[in-house]
Amino acid sequence: MLTATDFTAVVLTLKLAALSTAILMVLGTWLAWQLAHTRSWWKQPVSALVSMPLVLPPTVLGFYLLLLFGPHGPIGQFTQTLGLGALPFTFSGLVVASVIYSLPFVVQPIQNAFETAGRRPLEVAASLRASPRDAFLTVAIPLARPGLLTAAVLGFAHTVGEFGVVLMIGGDIAGETKVASVAIYDHVESLHYANANVLAASMATFAFIVVLTVGLLNHRLAGRDL
Amino acid sequence: MTPPRSLIALGLFLAFSTVHAGEVKVAVAANFLTPMKMIAKSFEIGTGYKVLVSAGSTGQLYTQIKNGAPFQIFLSADQKTLAKLAAQKLTVPGTRFTYAVGKLVLWSAKPGFVDSRGEILKRGSFRHIAIANPKLAPYGAAAMETMQNLNVLASIEPKIVWGENIAQTQQFIASGNAELGFVALSQVISGGKPAKGSMWMVPGNLYAPIRQDAALLANGKDRPAAEALLKYLKGGTARAVIKSFGYGL
Amino acid sequence: MIGTDARFTMSLGAFQLDAAFCAPPRGVTVLFGPSGCGKTSVLRCLAGLERAPKGWLRVNGAWWQNEEQDHFLPTYRRPIGYVFQEPSLFPHLSVRANLEYGQRRVPESNRRVAFDRAVTLLGVAPLLDRRPVRLSGGERQRVAIARALLTSPKLLLMDEPLSALDTRSKDDILPYLERLHTDLSIPVIYVSHALEEVARLADHLVLMENGQVRAQGPLSELMTRLDLPLAYGDAAAAVIEATVAAHDEKFHLTYLNFPGGRITVPREDLPVNAHVRLRVYARDVSLVLAPQEGSSILNVFAVYISGCTEERPGQVIVQLDAEGTPLLARVTAKSIAQLGLAPGALVFAQVKGMALLN
Repeated sequence: MLTATDFTAVVLTLKLAALSTAILMVLGTWLAWQLAHTRSWWKQPVSALVSMPLVLPPTVLGFYLLLLFGPHGPIGQFTQTLGLGALPFTFSGLVVASVIYSLPFVVQPIQNAFETAGRRPLEVAASLRASPRDAFLTVAIPLARPGLLTAAVLGFAHTVGEFGVVLMIGGDIAGETKVASVAIYDHVESLHYANANVLAASMATFAFIVVLTVGLLNHRLAGRDL
Repeated sequence: MTPPRSLIALGLFLAFSTVHAGEVKVAVAANFLTPMKMIAKSFEIGTGYKVLVSAGSTGQLYTQIKNGAPFQIFLSADQKTLAKLAAQKLTVPGTRFTYAVGKLVLWSAKPGFVDSRGEILKRGSFRHIAIANPKLAPYGAAAMETMQNLNVLASIEPKIVWGENIAQTQQFIASGNAELGFVALSQVISGGKPAKGSMWMVPGNLYAPIRQDAALLANGKDRPAAEALLKYLKGGTARAVIKSFGYGL
Repeated sequence: MIGTDARFTMSLGAFQLDAAFCAPPRGVTVLFGPSGCGKTSVLRCLAGLERAPKGWLRVNGAWWQNEEQDHFLPTYRRPIGYVFQEPSLFPHLSVRANLEYGQRRVPESNRRVAFDRAVTLLGVAPLLDRRPVRLSGGERQRVAIARALLTSPKLLLMDEPLSALDTRSKDDILPYLERLHTDLSIPVIYVSHALEEVARLADHLVLMENGQVRAQGPLSELMTRLDLPLAYGDAAAAVIEATVAAHDEKFHLTYLNFPGGRITVPREDLPVNAHVRLRVYARDVSLVLAPQEGSSILNVFAVYISGCTEERPGQVIVQLDAEGTPLLARVTAKSIAQLGLAPGALVFAQVKGMALLN
């Protein structure tokens, strides 16, 4: 069975994943919308920037976040001026890092969905007196639903499975930054394979159920449309 | 015209046997990688053998060796891992020896932050102290022991951030995210001189010696190259290099 | 001033659009021209889907766009209905929800088209609870038209609504469009490159070429103007507006009145006084100096020659005036010479065949 520390790590992981996913969905949808509908020069540079976590190894990304968020880093200085303190070794820090790390996994499916739907449905909505905001909520979002679901699943799963970044900026504090993936790593490194197996199996089972449920749900909703 | 088959066979045999005989595969704990590379280079020049160095955490290397990794020598960061391998008959008996003794320091990237007697631990005037995970890293265990002996562990514990290994612990401190922390002396001196910042050399009576052991693995038995390197590690050149990196002997 | 008054100047890549035109406050104005002449861009400018950097648009006296004062009404604030080339129903909504989407967004006091009326007019009642993916192309386009009507538009814009449909679906929709024309008093601006649709639907024509308006005016005038391309080629024809005068049950005929006289056509099941539109191809009209005795042709009208142009060597297009209704005739240059035909001459037009367009 799971030990008490491992259980805390699992709960923390789920809390982190849920919160990060919520933030990612709002931020990612906004960003995907901008990217899908702009013809501006900044589209490609911003796309490339958002994709960076796909390219950089997580520990490298984590290392630079550690420097950026640290007391001497520009973001760290900013958060300190705001009275928030430095982000490393805090749960908020993990949330921010997870959001950055999982951003491409959320932005890309949503952006694809928006781009696939195209401008036409929005033009139709405008010709039917819907303001841009109204059209976004009643047309763009419902049409992008499969992309949004994919994004939510990927964002959630990716945060649950995130390791390198958390390892670099977390500080392995139980109940605050010690998430399941790090706990598993600790068990493996200290050769406690049995504990590692139990924890890994519970995480894998849970993730499988979540991904499967969303997949089935999406399939059923899509089926209703036809 | 084709050469006789027996000649090809002989050529292949020679080619393979020279590669095997001239090579030694070494697994080294990450904290000893840099000195090991220097030692390997001088060994290669002196003997003509080739050294292939693989670095990793002691735990990773242990798991790899247990699962058939082709290493011939293992330089561990502790003693117990080699004892475990010995119990499984994966080392050659009688070849184990301590190649370095690690020295623990309390280090800060800020000059003047750590005083020369470690009084700061008692004052507790800092937000985060970085320590390597004591379950995984001997330096972490030594740090915990030190604080226990100084009677400051209870007051400091809430301020601890854990690095997975001493390399990461050092990054926490170097980037300023933790004001100070316990690391290996070998990490904060280069070329015999201390790096920037401030440090307290933790007296040896506050923690059990951090002995790093090496041994010939079962794979290295009867391999002249492996045996030669093991011997070289005990020799004067190697010892000088090891000392210059802040290890005791 | 009432009606639509517009001018749009913009460049789309290498293409320059500079179109100025007026559309009357009633009836169907067709923007007609070959593919790529800029007619769809004009329609999008009318809807506010594109913003021409230079130009203006005034509809029934209200400024929708006036670049001199940097005034531009966004699409959703314009009382328009827009029917796109391909039926663009919202796939996530049922037919009913699609229809209600626009209607709900119009304040109740501004709703002049009742739900049931639009549904009946376009025959979509049996489709209401279906999903758009389950509809045929023609059905979808009818729903799209009904949906546009339900916003009670002051201007209905249609971008080749038939071009994406097969012939059967086209024949399925055209009667509904014609009914729209007669039953509702909403002015329509309709983009098309199909002469058939123009002849059936247009009252007013705006002829476009290379991003500019070549000519504009009533349909019957523009189709027969000798300085415009419509008067030439195999499809050259005149359009006649007429009313049903009487039926001849014995010979199974219907008589129609138009300013130039009485037209006889095979029996049509139409009430007396019904309004009809006929097409008379130039190739079906021959000219004689005096009414012929002993001819099998029933439709003969006295006309003045108002102009003629040699279409190609030996072939002449003659423009005729039948008491104000223009007609075209294609005759040989030899006939012109032998009969001594010239503008101002009074002749008789014998029409071999006429087709009712609706």
